[in-house]
Amino acid sequence: MTETMTHLQRLEAETIQIFREAVAESEASVMLYSIGKDSSAMLHLARKAFYPSPLPFPLLHVDTTWKFKDMYAMRDKVAAAPDVELIVHRNPYCVEHGINPFDHGSGVHTDLWKTEGLKQAIDEHRFDLAFGGARRDEERSRAKERIFSIRSAQHRWDPKAQRPELWRLYNARVRPGESVRVFPMSNWTELDIWQYILAEGIEIVPLYFAAPRPVVERDGTLIMVDDERMASRLAPGEEPQLRSVRFRTLGCYPLSGAVESTATTLEEIIQEMLLSTTSERQGRVIDFDSSGSMERKKQEGYF
Amino acid sequence: MSAPESDLIATDIAGYLARQQAKDLLRFITCGSVDDGKSTLIGRLLYESKLVYEDHLAALEVDSKKVGTQGGDLDFALLVDGLQAEREQGITIDVAYRFFSTERRKFIVADTPGHEQYTRNMVTGASTATLAVILADARKGVLTQTRRHSYLVSLLGIRRVVLAINKLDLVDYRQDAFASIEADYRDFAARIGLPDDGITCIPMSALRGDNLVERSARTPWYQGPALLEYLETVPVDAGEAASGPLRLPVQWVNRPSLDFRGFSGTVVGGTVHPGDRVRVVPGGQTSTVARIVTLGGDLDEAGLDASVTLTLTDEIDVSRGDVLAAADAPPEVADQLQAHVVWMSEDEMLPGRPYLLKCGARTVSATLAAPRYAVNVNTLEHTAARTLSLNEIGVCNLSLSAPIPFDPYTANRDTGGFILVDRMTNNTVAAGMIDFALRRSSNIHWQAIEVGREAHAALKGHGAGVVWFTGLSGSGKSTIANLLEKRLHGMGVHTMLLDGDNVRHGLNRDLGFTDADRVENIRRVAEVAKLMTDAGLVVLVSFISPFRAERELARSRVAAGEFVEVHVDTPVEVAERRDPKGLYKKARAGQLPHFTGIDSPYEAPEQPEVRIDTTALSPEEAVEQLLAALAAQGIVTGG
Repeated sequence: MTETMTHLQRLEAETIQIFREAVAESEASVMLYSIGKDSSAMLHLARKAFYPSPLPFPLLHVDTTWKFKDMYAMRDKVAAAPDVELIVHRNPYCVEHGINPFDHGSGVHTDLWKTEGLKQAIDEHRFDLAFGGARRDEERSRAKERIFSIRSAQHRWDPKAQRPELWRLYNARVRPGESVRVFPMSNWTELDIWQYILAEGIEIVPLYFAAPRPVVERDGTLIMVDDERMASRLAPGEEPQLRSVRFRTLGCYPLSGAVESTATTLEEIIQEMLLSTTSERQGRVIDFDSSGSMERKKQEGYF
Repeated sequence: MSAPESDLIATDIAGYLARQQAKDLLRFITCGSVDDGKSTLIGRLLYESKLVYEDHLAALEVDSKKVGTQGGDLDFALLVDGLQAEREQGITIDVAYRFFSTERRKFIVADTPGHEQYTRNMVTGASTATLAVILADARKGVLTQTRRHSYLVSLLGIRRVVLAINKLDLVDYRQDAFASIEADYRDFAARIGLPDDGITCIPMSALRGDNLVERSARTPWYQGPALLEYLETVPVDAGEAASGPLRLPVQWVNRPSLDFRGFSGTVVGGTVHPGDRVRVVPGGQTSTVARIVTLGGDLDEAGLDASVTLTLTDEIDVSRGDVLAAADAPPEVADQLQAHVVWMSEDEMLPGRPYLLKCGARTVSATLAAPRYAVNVNTLEHTAARTLSLNEIGVCNLSLSAPIPFDPYTANRDTGGFILVDRMTNNTVAAGMIDFALRRSSNIHWQAIEVGREAHAALKGHGAGVVWFTGLSGSGKSTIANLLEKRLHGMGVHTMLLDGDNVRHGLNRDLGFTDADRVENIRRVAEVAKLMTDAGLVVLVSFISPFRAERELARSRVAAGEFVEVHVDTPVEVAERRDPKGLYKKARAGQLPHFTGIDSPYEAPEQPEVRIDTTALSPEEAVEQLLAALAAQGIVTGG
């Protein structure tokens, strides 16, 4: 008999099985690519699922124009790979009206660029299935999310009408206009992802590693001054300071809080993560409003 | 994480990570209602494993004061109850998956509610679990609910159960209270087929943390493990499927270029190596595994649960939904099945309506007959039922639009489990576990036939007849019969070859190798051969057919002069040396009882029409001999 598989091998095998099933059962699939570490791991797993064939779906980046410069560099590098077709979507309304987190607030900014932008892209390309990197351990409301999650033609998620998922059997059937969000890494945890990145040598955005970066402190959160748009909007008395920081999650830079850190290797990041006592999503400003906010966001179509 | 673990993280992160890499994974389900303290138990497990972050803990403190049930103390249940609506109602309404890890192992917990109306959720959670933790209240003992949970767990194929006898603090940690519940439970478990050695009963108080993580001083009379200790050390056995034959449902045909054709899927039974003989089911063609391809390089072996891509040495037709299986132990193929069906939809089952059935990577249309009976999950009684509604379980016959490969659910969860999907709403409406393939008996009357056998034969331009090959396994019957058929076909003769092995996969699949079954095996084939001669065919029958009486029966079914008995005469020592299917080896090892020539007799024909000595003749020479005999009997024209 074979040796028992380790937990990472099991998770990897499960994710690959989900990828293959989703592609076989859909007409036009797409992978949501957010440039973060979970996206990097997901892309790596997708390549494993279909090797030696090239990826059987394009990547979609729903851009807000407010990502870190390092993230755009990483995205362009990924897009240059011969097996990758990258679609970048920017909500034209946001482009036209210059929607930004400073003037419009984090809620409106995220809703219009990301939530609306994603809906537009899915409608425009007529995708009937989209892969996302969300995990069940991220937040309490995600613990009950299915791996194959149905969205209505209006992109709404109905927590009361979820399909039961048994064994390894997934039901991806939808009516015209409806779509499926598939989360192939549902059963991974934050630690699993880091271990996998370490074990497989997966490249991630350098912002995850500590380095001296210019930051200002706002409402107790360290915000990086990544480009001119931020530099020109500093409040009176705000003076960017060079501090050794890194990011635990990456989004729009004015909305992503940095943590002070000296961790410059994956091992040190994992060490820091394990010894820290605050959870990963806390660095995301969007979750702060109230408990249950993520659940509401999902019902409205946030990925 | 535990204290020694956090020390290791601080001082030796590399060493810690190395240990993390080697951890295995246990998936289990917890069953019980809020009243049993289940959410408290899980919340406590997470809390004690130091897996609760400070910000979550802060949220928990706020929530505990706002909606908690512990008078302002930490309400661990709130840590695990997810969706807002249900948190306010204080009940868990769906399956939630939790993750935690200890020094030894990682865990995925399917947390399911215990209320009667949520059979659907328990079945869902149990389908991916290898172990169940069932909660009972020490004051109440084995309740209807406990029995229901145990039945469902057993139905879904879980063979390891922890009965957590909780709230022991409320019965003053009395041993007799615990012991009598344990005795009651073991009694009941035996009735539903849970193995006694798979059951562990633990006296607990989740609220006070007794025997949860560490053994409690308040139960000095209990010698067994604490819950977490047990979960950490119980073997993660993969069950029947791991030791069974290869099963790989093909999910995706991997064809990047004309030079590469691979079949991607997950091993759901047995193991596979390059060089293994595999059979494509339901097609039946065999080939050999050439490579096990992965992005990280080719593998020498892939075991249960591995997701791989196989290439074969032959260009054969394989599509999504086919199963690549061990050549000598393929799954059954059938389009009529009996199954246990769990109804999961608000809309009740409609007998006769076509649903979609998905099993492995194959989807077919299926109609259900009215249930043979429904199972009352509380009393386990069988009751009459005309349909099934939400959360009901019944035993039903299914008729499929096309045959599917399957194994009984008890042998393999993946090739024996299926879901039903409503064609209109696309919702998953039921889950099923295949019991066996059905054999339909019905009242058949003789029908007068106007176009008779002579008319059939006249149209074909040659005689009809049966060429009956008999001989030991490995004597060369199939080889010679195949060759003869090719020759006859080339001569324009309408033929049909009935091969023992093939017929046993279909018509005679229900028969074994006892003497009684061998007799029935031959009787059926003789009948089929007769029907085919009526149709004007030359029927080649290649069966060991060890008994004279049955061969005489076959002879008696057709007209005189239409039966050619061929004894393929190969001494047993020679056949055993050839052993093309490895059967003699198995028989000698005692794995194949009733094997002809070893421990079951072979009665050689006394006066066969043709006797072929395979030690003296090549197959080609044998065919010449046979053609001469057929010409002599006027079945074919000489030439």
